[in-house]
Amino acid sequence: MALLAHVARGCSRIPKLQLEAALSVRFQSTLSHNDTKARRARELRPRRNYLLNDEVEQHRKSLLQQSPEVEEIPVQQAEANVPRDFRHVMPEFLPDPNPLYRDRVTEKLERMDMYRRRTCIDIPEFYVGSIMAVTMADHHAPGKQSRFVGICIQRSGTGLRADFTLRNVIDGQGVEVRFDMYGASLQKIEVLKLEQRLDDELFYLRDAAQEYSTIPFDFEPVPLPKGATVPVNSTKVKLNPRPWLERWERHELKGVEDLNLPEKKYRRARQVAKPWERWDLMKRQRESINEDEEESIMKETYMETESTRRARGRQKASLKKTR
Amino acid sequence: MNVICRQAVSLTQAARSFSTTSCLHELRKLSRVRVVDNSSIGRAAAVAGKPGRVIHVYNKQEVATLGDKVLLAIKGQKKRAYVVGVKQRQKAGVPRFDTNNVVLIEDNGAPVGTRITVPIPSILRSKEGDFTKILSLATKFV
Repeated sequence: MALLAHVARGCSRIPKLQLEAALSVRFQSTLSHNDTKARRARELRPRRNYLLNDEVEQHRKSLLQQSPEVEEIPVQQAEANVPRDFRHVMPEFLPDPNPLYRDRVTEKLERMDMYRRRTCIDIPEFYVGSIMAVTMADHHAPGKQSRFVGICIQRSGTGLRADFTLRNVIDGQGVEVRFDMYGASLQKIEVLKLEQRLDDELFYLRDAAQEYSTIPFDFEPVPLPKGATVPVNSTKVKLNPRPWLERWERHELKGVEDLNLPEKKYRRARQVAKPWERWDLMKRQRESINEDEEESIMKETYMETESTRRARGRQKASLKKTR
Repeated sequence: MNVICRQAVSLTQAARSFSTTSCLHELRKLSRVRVVDNSSIGRAAAVAGKPGRVIHVYNKQEVATLGDKVLLAIKGQKKRAYVVGVKQRQKAGVPRFDTNNVVLIEDNGAPVGTRITVPIPSILRSKEGDFTKILSLATKFV
């Protein structure tokens, strides 16, 4: 109980001296001339669900914990063969690695909400570069719903705030729509053609010829053989001549043809490039979730989504029988 | 030693003394817009390579969004227009267009053109304003 109370109050019970020492150490490293008031306030704010290891250890060793009346509940360790690349299939279940946003209780609750949403709507596997169709509730449309077809150019966000962006060219006009994956107004998400592209984001399609992102609204679904791996579409896009929305020569794009720029531009790109970041182990550590944690989350996700999938299959089979 | 350090710091700061945030694509005064109806004046402006310019936005924020009325300077005339498509980042479910699109209207609110050639965001139908006549010209909604 005391432990719970401590969680609720954050680190307010940490001895003052200790807190000040910790803060001064942190400030030495982070305080700089461009610090804003908001940022400093954020640093000072007690962290949610933040416990010091010593305190936890103290509670663990307390007499309360050793009481014979308390029964230990065995944790159910169900067996699941999680596919190795499952985190690429459902990346939104992994939390944001930024420690300022970490909150394990909220993450767990959000994941539970996501599983519940997935029992209502089928959210299939898709990647950036897949061709998709989304049916959305639209109060003012004649059939109370509208359908948008397009190529997925971006996938971002984690948890319930995960979203993806579809792009299409309709009547010569480039249109993009961002959808909340777990939004309540989505009625159906179809993957018409499951494939990957060479890049993680396809924003350069905005600076390419329109035929690269033109998809007819009556696009026929292209079935993928069962058990086949997701194909990688290795088309190289030819960008329009400059001006562009971004300096694409600085983005290390794999899916574009030679940019045909003057040497000056490439030289500048080399100057501002940070090739060492690829080998920065600390950076990689900071920007990724701990391996054990990732494994446990993915296991839970796999089991939950598989059971939903199986239930849906059974439902379909019974529907067929009754007809 | 100290001097060298300070020099090094000033050099690195000089390299980053300007902001490099991405463009917000806001539709403000003096931004160029694309006329998407079949009015002759809009087409002539596009052919001449001088698309209309926003010279006033009829809202307090001075940034036009979907469904806002703007005043354009186009072909040496002042014309009112409704914004029917923006480049700016939109909420989930609201389309974002590659160009800032407007539809010209007369001073009495009647549209100048007779047809709109590009898709129109469906969310305009739920907005308040007297652009029902414009919506009736649309051929497609997204």
